Amino acid sequence: MTLKTLDASFVEGIKTGVFLLALAPLIKLGIGFYIDALGANPIEKITRTTGYWTLTFLLITLSITPVRRLLGWNWLIRLRRMLGLFAFFYGSLHFLTYLVLDQFFDWPAIVKDIVKRPYITVGFPSFILMIPLAITSTDRMISRLGGKRWRWLHRLVYLSAVGGVVHYWWLVKKDITNPATFALLLGILLGIRLIYRARGLIKVRLGPKTVSS
Amino acid sequence: MKKNEARIKASEITPRELFYARRRFMQLAAGASAAALLPESVLAGDKLADVKTSAYTLPDKLTPMEDVTRYNNFYEFGTDKEDPAKNAGRLKTRPWTVTVEGEVNKPKVFDIDELLKLAPLEERIYRLRCVEAWSMVVPWVGFSLAELIKRVEPTGNARFVEFISLHDPEQMPGQKFSVLEWPYREGLRMDEAMHPLTLLAVGLYGEVLPNQNGAPVRVVIPWKYGFKSAKSIVRILFAEKQPVSSWTQSAPGEYGFYANVNPAVDHPRWSQAKERRIGEFLKRKTLPFNGYADQVAHLYTGMDLIKNF
Repeated sequence: MTLKTLDASFVEGIKTGVFLLALAPLIKLGIGFYIDALGANPIEKITRTTGYWTLTFLLITLSITPVRRLLGWNWLIRLRRMLGLFAFFYGSLHFLTYLVLDQFFDWPAIVKDIVKRPYITVGFPSFILMIPLAITSTDRMISRLGGKRWRWLHRLVYLSAVGGVVHYWWLVKKDITNPATFALLLGILLGIRLIYRARGLIKVRLGPKTVSS
Repeated sequence: MKKNEARIKASEITPRELFYARRRFMQLAAGASAAALLPESVLAGDKLADVKTSAYTLPDKLTPMEDVTRYNNFYEFGTDKEDPAKNAGRLKTRPWTVTVEGEVNKPKVFDIDELLKLAPLEERIYRLRCVEAWSMVVPWVGFSLAELIKRVEPTGNARFVEFISLHDPEQMPGQKFSVLEWPYREGLRMDEAMHPLTLLAVGLYGEVLPNQNGAPVRVVIPWKYGFKSAKSIVRILFAEKQPVSSWTQSAPGEYGFYANVNPAVDHPRWSQAKERRIGEFLKRKTLPFNGYADQVAHLYTGMDLIKNF
């Protein structure tokens, strides 16, 4: 057994480990809330932490395909759906924190935010776009939609990720180190895809054998 | 200057070790004499003696000291609000002088311990509203800045006051990054600076000002957003021309010179209509001039406060 060809049971073990690890930020927040260790402004801390992990899981999810291709670790694909759902999970927590803890259902203020605050104007649809992806993440939905349409729909994740990074960039006051790091990583991940695509097109033109994405 | 330096003979230069030994001795001596004069100590956390209560109180509940001292913006120590408390340990607040100069008849370099005795210290409970839409209630210790201004006798040309904070990346690690242009600069119009509410603060909660809150001396202008209240001040400059503050310079469309708390004028990127008082769950409505309209609104009669944000 090499890293390229792992046993199915071994992959299941990895999956369980990643699942537990992905819950760690939430558990840490929960404990911090319980023992009152989230600082002077716990709501801000929860908002930032959940936002940070949403973007992190989006980037991790987007790195699965390039890493799988580069290293030939095909089993990685079996983690992708779960990681994507974790991005949606933390995004939902982030959105709910804003809705309940931050604005406390102050709908006029929320609407005003969405219309007038550029970082929310871009952040809100970035989250909304993740909802159809989460809904269509089941095997049944994949077969109902058909692989081609499903793949097309799930390209929305690129918009979500770009919107999420812009959302972060526009909200920081001055120190853009963190959003710039996310932007750089996302740029690399999308750049790799463009390179593959360009190569694919060349191959398509040169030979009869098409390369699937 | 350069020319003169070149003319100094090598033999006249004090060896480095000797220089530092002498400096240490002088610092020790200065410290000892200051200690002899002042029975009270001057380190953060020490109680300030003879602090009077004042008429400046509020019915609002005080923000716990733990929150006041562990959650604030002081970019000289990092851009996170938890950074100042972590990184302000290296700031040396003694010896410390404040140079007051510019359009004044009596320019003067004040030693910090002299400044502490310039006028009776009083406790004032003020609301603090950050431009980021959170707020606190802080019991500061100090006296009206006007007390200092009167003593240096501004000339007829003095229309503005500029506050310049310490610039020393060794003591203030955040200054190793050019998030803002250092040193931090802020300013007030003369009538704002002379207003009795404008406080020269040297303490909070009855104690010597903690480093992370702007030790050893800062200003507090309670009807303006927090960034107007310059910390760790080393120089106060009186001028005819309106100074450009660090935040205005970095983003003129977002941080104006006046920066009066105003729920009707949103920051371009977020609403200023409400604020989260630290320790409270629901947001409260932000008050015009942070609730000090009765005292200060007259300073701005006839001014367009949307334009002059």
